[in-house]
Amino acid sequence: MNAWSRLLALTRKESIQILRDPSALLIALVLPLVLLFLFAYAVSLDVRGVRFGIVVEREGAATTELLNAFERSEWLDVQVAHDRRELESQLVSGSLRGMLVIPADFESRLASADQQAEVQIITDGSQPNTANFAANYASGIFQTWLASRLTDEPGAIVVEPRFWFNPELDSRRVLLPGAIAIIMTMIGTLLTALVVSREWERGTMEALLSTPATTAEILLSKLLPYLVLGMAATVVCTMISLLLFDVPLRGSVGALLLLSFIFLLPALGQGLLISAIARNQFIAAQLALITGFLPAFLLSGFLFEIASMPAPIRILTMIVPARWYVEGLQTIFLAGDVWPLLGRDILILSGQGMLLVFLAVWNSRGGLDR
Amino acid sequence: MMASIHRLKTLLVKELLSYLRDPRTRLILIGPPLIQLLVFSFAVTLEVRNVDIAVLDRDTGRQGVELVEHLDAAAFTSTVRVVQSGEELEALIDERKVLLGVSVPEDFSRKIVNGDTVSLQLLLDGRRANAAQVSSSYVASVASAYSQQIGTQTQRTGILVRHWFNPNLLYAWFIVPSLSGVLALLMAMLVTALSIARERELGTFEQLLVSPFSATEIIIGKSLPAVLIGAVLGTVMVLAGVLIFRVPFTGNPVLLAITLPLFILSGVGIGLSVSAISTTQQQAILGAFAIIVPVVLTSGFATPVENMPQWLQWVSVVNPLRWYLVIVQGLFLKSLPAAEVFRNLLPLMCIAVVSLSVAAVIVRRKLE
Amino acid sequence: MSSELLGRAAACEAAMAVDIRGVVKRFKGVTAIEHLDAGIWPGQLTGLVGPDGAGKTTLMRIMAALMRPDTGTVSVMGHNVLDATALVHRCIGYMPQRFGLYEDLSVAENLDLYAKLKGIAADKRVDVFDRLYEFTRLQPFASRPAGQLSGGMKQKLGLACALMGSPDVLLLDEPSVGVDPVSRQELWRMVQALASEGMAVVWATAYLDEAERCESVMLLDKGSLLFNGEPQGLTSRLQGRSYRLSHIQGDRRALLSKALGLADVRDGVIQGASVRLVRAADMDVSSMQLLADQSGGQLELVAPRFEDAFIDLLGGGPDGRSAIAERMEDVATQRDVMVECSHLSKRFGDFYATRDVSFSVKTGEVFGLLGPNGAGKSTTFRMLCGLLRPTEGCATVAGFDLVRSTGQAKSQLGYMAQKFSLYGLLSVRQNLDFFSGAYGLRGAHRRQRIEEMIETFQLGDVLNVSPEALPLGYRQRLALACSLMHRPSVLFLDEPTSGVDPVTRREFWMHISGLVQKGVTVMVTTHFMEEAEYCDRIALVQQGQLVRLDTPDALKAMVASDELPEPTMEQAFIRLVEAHRDGVDA
Repeated sequence: MNAWSRLLALTRKESIQILRDPSALLIALVLPLVLLFLFAYAVSLDVRGVRFGIVVEREGAATTELLNAFERSEWLDVQVAHDRRELESQLVSGSLRGMLVIPADFESRLASADQQAEVQIITDGSQPNTANFAANYASGIFQTWLASRLTDEPGAIVVEPRFWFNPELDSRRVLLPGAIAIIMTMIGTLLTALVVSREWERGTMEALLSTPATTAEILLSKLLPYLVLGMAATVVCTMISLLLFDVPLRGSVGALLLLSFIFLLPALGQGLLISAIARNQFIAAQLALITGFLPAFLLSGFLFEIASMPAPIRILTMIVPARWYVEGLQTIFLAGDVWPLLGRDILILSGQGMLLVFLAVWNSRGGLDR
Repeated sequence: MMASIHRLKTLLVKELLSYLRDPRTRLILIGPPLIQLLVFSFAVTLEVRNVDIAVLDRDTGRQGVELVEHLDAAAFTSTVRVVQSGEELEALIDERKVLLGVSVPEDFSRKIVNGDTVSLQLLLDGRRANAAQVSSSYVASVASAYSQQIGTQTQRTGILVRHWFNPNLLYAWFIVPSLSGVLALLMAMLVTALSIARERELGTFEQLLVSPFSATEIIIGKSLPAVLIGAVLGTVMVLAGVLIFRVPFTGNPVLLAITLPLFILSGVGIGLSVSAISTTQQQAILGAFAIIVPVVLTSGFATPVENMPQWLQWVSVVNPLRWYLVIVQGLFLKSLPAAEVFRNLLPLMCIAVVSLSVAAVIVRRKLE
Repeated sequence: MSSELLGRAAACEAAMAVDIRGVVKRFKGVTAIEHLDAGIWPGQLTGLVGPDGAGKTTLMRIMAALMRPDTGTVSVMGHNVLDATALVHRCIGYMPQRFGLYEDLSVAENLDLYAKLKGIAADKRVDVFDRLYEFTRLQPFASRPAGQLSGGMKQKLGLACALMGSPDVLLLDEPSVGVDPVSRQELWRMVQALASEGMAVVWATAYLDEAERCESVMLLDKGSLLFNGEPQGLTSRLQGRSYRLSHIQGDRRALLSKALGLADVRDGVIQGASVRLVRAADMDVSSMQLLADQSGGQLELVAPRFEDAFIDLLGGGPDGRSAIAERMEDVATQRDVMVECSHLSKRFGDFYATRDVSFSVKTGEVFGLLGPNGAGKSTTFRMLCGLLRPTEGCATVAGFDLVRSTGQAKSQLGYMAQKFSLYGLLSVRQNLDFFSGAYGLRGAHRRQRIEEMIETFQLGDVLNVSPEALPLGYRQRLALACSLMHRPSVLFLDEPTSGVDPVTRREFWMHISGLVQKGVTVMVTTHFMEEAEYCDRIALVQQGQLVRLDTPDALKAMVASDELPEPTMEQAFIRLVEAHRDGVDA
């Protein structure tokens, strides 16, 4: 009974402090909006309007036809020249990402009996992703054009891709759920690490420890308000994603809240553990950045495919809680309540959460003797 | 004048020592960026490899089996799971056990042999949008290569694709030079953001104010060491790119030597303003953080600038990292000519001048 | 509160409140507490004194069950701190050295938090709060954030929180550091009242006049207990050895350093225009008398103080020489007035922190700026050394206007901040390098100055260590060395010995006295009245205005009366402040 009222008092104190600290509110309310906004607009994997050059060394009917096919494309932003040297320097300066060279003898060879004509595609390999896209896409246009000219179809295999969950392959739908994971990591890990290490730094921890309140109660009182703050941020971010950015929510709200709640355990546990080890704001911030924010950003799989990473780093991503959260979030938003998958994520996250919270309590136990 | 230069030297030495004397601070300054360079250079890739796929082979002929063998042998696949039903395939995708499923139709072998066109159905996981898009084109090229191999008709009109500057499209060649800029800027900004705030919290700032240093001297004394640290860090990472990751450096190193300090300087101006405004270290850390994240995201590091909406591309003109990335990538892979370097250096210089002037105004106001 | 406490006091009359047996505590091989046996009794105010690093805070933390002794046992109200931590926390109130309350929470919110933490039932809370508000007189500030309270009020709030739940044992770690004499007196009265009601109170302090008034004193040095008992027991050992030398012709500072050079003088301090001396135990008074005769002064026997005995027990005061002052050339100036301000005001919004203050400080004078917490003393001080820009009026240092000729003015002044602002990330040597360069010294001249400082302040052994790892005394010496590097003609000292023990304090003032004799002008702020005695003149600032400006002796004389013929500086301060406050109120 007493323990309960102590916990309540400490939680109340923590909540008042959050409401009065402008920097906590900045991280909890303003930055999520900015991040969501940036992930909606600034970070886009959808390659559109690639600046593409076409060198027409000699004009002719077929060449014009081919040119038209390229100009019709909504993915490429075509620019035409007659000498490849004109475009080469633009490729170096980065104002073109790729070009198609139609040689002078293209028309004549195409018209000849064996049809041995050839075009060349040159891309700017310094941007591998765009280069890859431009090459594939330009080849596709060319092949289609070629096929339309040929009367007799060859025995070809046509691939008909169907993208589930995200038919238009809108990267925003994938990135926004990921952005929520980053925001939650920040609230859970960075903010908690800072506020708890501030208590050590300012000596308020010493005064608290001399009262009947136990270490576990003190740490638990840090968890609760940030849990509420985190859940509030989830709801706000979800609303914005759904209403402003047209991300679908195919799963249930209940699953979303449950998953977020479970994710906050390891996130907060990590923050508490960092502050228990560092007890100094500068080091706590550095650690939170290196072990919390950056892995959530780069190793959680929302931006960069985990399968493509080398094996040691693939194993490393397993211990990043955000990885499992991102996986679950993307599923709930885009696919639905796939319980076999969500169940596994929730199990792993709660395991990580319990371990981290335990380690945090265990590390704070020594009191001032450390 | 001489006295001023001499005082400045003292201040510079002091600032540098306070970063480098303590082994722990030294470690925090140098260790994490290098570890991050190593981990992230491998991790950050938009290439697609090691993909698990599922195959539903409804065909009983030899050609269907051969196609599956070709997919299995392809560079981008890891495991190929053979499933018996459409439901099984869908469940595997739902649970993210495979990225894509190929279903080979019943009449596949017959049609191929007859020279008819067959269609191959591909189901992809749209939650992994980028990987799905890239691997669908990979499957298509495996299929067309296979059809050409068995086909009777040889296609004579062809395309020759050449990737300049990075013939094998190695992602590391793109990411390592870029990371050198991101991490050096991050460190330099964090260091400057803390510099004034820390002195203020520890009370040494007053001591500095009662001594004969002028506001300008304090600003220079706080900026130069951070520039030095950022530039050294950047250089170390560029060298690591050349020596460890074997990224070719084709441009003129002198041009990079001019660019790097200027680039860091523009970030330092921003960090210094944050530091002057903040009253505590916590505010400085969070403030710097709130700036670094948008800077990285709109720079063209994670995804290209041209993918952003036009108005945001205009906004990103004030982002120093954007211009630096163009120069460093150009100097590494494209032997970017001096004229091009200077064209991108110009906005960088403008940003540096503006951000430092703003910092000077804020610091001066705070000093009085 | 009283009846409840009295009842309990009777119940445990005989039992020890805290029983300390054979306690040893080491940190990384360094001994903090060495085999300590002691008892603390209910109903008593026990003083815990000792020089810096004696182990006072460690002992406090062990009693509060925040640290575990390596060997030995401590029991608090019969509960062992090792295994019954929860029970110990239930019966103690602890106030740590640093302000341990939440600055962004209001007074009422802080009290509420502690009431709940100590498990006070909701229906009793109103009652408890009323009594604590009455006790601390914090009621009018209930809704103010704790961070915006003055130093004295902060400590009262800390005490109120520690008192929550009527603890059996109250542990106060240096509660009076940074608190002005008026608030200090209030704090003291409050604690004394609690002890008389049966509470066991431990009060750790560096101020020995407080220790003298405790019922029992534990004197720690290097982790060992040198003395444990009634303070009179220690003071009486000094009977017949304390003297006052008054009516001195000539410089009393020079006289003091001469006196301290004598083999038979154990200790000495300046008290206004007089000098207080302690004779060594096995010597006679003859050479002291000779000195008195030479200076035309009167030597008279006075009652010993606890501080005399303390210094004696720790091996006596410094030898009276200041190596740094001896090496310094006289300040070359034709000016009579070194620091001057006229009609100085500073306004923050509608509030005047300083209002129309004018005075001038003569060359070679020690000028004290005193006042209660939050009276505007710091604002005035900060305007005088160029840290704040005055709203109205002007201030000059060595004739240079602080606003217009900032550079020249700054190069004339040396500044020592409250917490000895040194760079913890740099070594001692690098700190010296930095400050010498900052003031434009260079080349051989600079090297020579640094060497000189290292030698005179005995910093040779610690050159490669961070100042943060050093004891307070070293840090203070280093801070002084850094501020003297450029031979300033004016020295600004902001609470220079706050929380510093008497031995280190004496050493510090020896240097200052030496410098003054060379013509250096000193401006000092302090809450510590023993220190105020060293001043030639004192300006008393209250509610932003200059209310008194006179010599220490004249200020004391102002409040002298029949019942208080010889007031101490502290008494004088308290009465003058109260008189002014009443005058304004009336």
